[in-house]
Amino acid sequence: MGAVAYDFLIGPFAEFPFMRRALVACFALALGSAPIGVVLMLRRMSLFGEAMSHAILPGAAIGFMVAGFSLPAISIGGIVAGLVVALAAGAATRATDQREDANFAAFYLIALALGVTLISTRGSAVDVMHILFGSVLAVNEAALLLLGAVASVTLLVMAAIYRPLLVEGFDPEFLRSVQGSGALYHFIFLGLVVVNLVAGFQALGSLMAVGLMMLPAAAARYWTRSLVGSMAVASLIAALSGYCGLLLSYHADLPSGPSIVLFAGAGYLISLAIGRQGLMLHWRRRHHLEA
Amino acid sequence: MTPDAIASLPGEIRLQNVTVTYDRHPAVHHVSGGFLPGSLTAIVGPNGAGKSTLLKAIVGHLPVTEGSIERHQLKPCDIAYLPQQASLDRAYPISVLELVLLGHWRRAGAFGRIGREGIAAARTALQAVGLEGFEDRSLGSLSIGQAQRALFARVLVQDAKVILLDEPFNALDARTVADLLALMQRWHGEQRTVIAVLHDFDLVRQYFPDALYLARRLIAWGKVENVLTAENQLAARRMAESWDERAHICHTDHAA
Repeated sequence: MGAVAYDFLIGPFAEFPFMRRALVACFALALGSAPIGVVLMLRRMSLFGEAMSHAILPGAAIGFMVAGFSLPAISIGGIVAGLVVALAAGAATRATDQREDANFAAFYLIALALGVTLISTRGSAVDVMHILFGSVLAVNEAALLLLGAVASVTLLVMAAIYRPLLVEGFDPEFLRSVQGSGALYHFIFLGLVVVNLVAGFQALGSLMAVGLMMLPAAAARYWTRSLVGSMAVASLIAALSGYCGLLLSYHADLPSGPSIVLFAGAGYLISLAIGRQGLMLHWRRRHHLEA
Repeated sequence: MTPDAIASLPGEIRLQNVTVTYDRHPAVHHVSGGFLPGSLTAIVGPNGAGKSTLLKAIVGHLPVTEGSIERHQLKPCDIAYLPQQASLDRAYPISVLELVLLGHWRRAGAFGRIGREGIAAARTALQAVGLEGFEDRSLGSLSIGQAQRALFARVLVQDAKVILLDEPFNALDARTVADLLALMQRWHGEQRTVIAVLHDFDLVRQYFPDALYLARRLIAWGKVENVLTAENQLAARRMAESWDERAHICHTDHAA
């Protein structure tokens, strides 16, 4: 019995180095992306990650065209494209009366169209699939280092800008009155979103990278009201999804990216159903208190 | 107070021919005068008279299109500003104590530590606004009145020389208004400059020594009994609320 469980739950990782690397990649993503997702939700920017994941496409495509399937080239291209879109939309918003979400929609759609055009002129259908769906099973040492670095930098920067970032989100006028514009922190945070999406994009593909960012964050809000608690729970759910998704992908011979995100989705649905602020308690009639 | 009547004093906020515009249309039009240090002034006027705009210009959130605002020997952190229906996102998981602790920003900044004394000061401020025991409540669970009390506690902690309040008593019950008014009186007693946008004339007459009557242009500024007169009310009412889209370019150099 124990041997069967071992073969099923641990065997694949013990036996194959690529599975181990994939698992570590998922854990690194979980540590960095999930807390970012929590803050995105708090700032009512849940859909922003989705838009940004498309915005990095042209940069990745240019990197791919220049250097072939080279990790640094694609990463740098993706980060540059993402930052350009974020800064352009942010600058346009601050210079005009247009709302930020409208500008983001416009810029990311331009970027997406550009990216797909670029890929179609030079790449094959396989390349497109690769970029859209990623390959956590093909993560090599260099990619692992990148993922680890991104997770570390994300956590350190988030810890450093925690106070101004939150205040900028919940009371921007106060921040403005005590120290001037908080736009700097907003942009640092957007930079972190981009870097994390590029990291996730290596492993999960551009369509799925957002999955590990937003789903655990959305799930965590059903368990705790505390912010740091939400971040911890989100990271835990993301790491678990990575582990379960890899197992599913290995045993059932399914693509790894979608398997992982499906588990994150399951984590969300379960939290929605039985979480402390979820549906069960919502539906169960509880007697009110005296005061 | 006419612009040249008194020489500029330390801590004075002096408006010189101030015009603030939205899309070239003036919201505050050629206003001159000064808020003396330690004065307690109510800004009154109809809706759309530019009261909030003037406050925002004084804090520096809005650029002055023409003229200038001198904040004599006042640093930005000497001014505490409480906007109308503060733009708080009350869905944030932040506790009342944490909100009040933000008042230490001037000293702790974005990264600094707020020590035990800082926390004690925040608790004292919460007591002063009648929110003792609310420290760990989340912001989202407060009523409008309690939230406003908490924001006043944050202003208390800010310990600023100048306090700007934009319609601080909106949607509050009589008891909350009375408590917050008492705080304003206390600030006045502590020689802080307090400027509040208000609509309730009776309240202004009763508690504010000075008043500024604004209807985009300055109607009157001075002792409250000379400002809240029937003639001034009539003059203010003549102010057209809507913009004239075909308005000509203004060539006035000074307040009329």
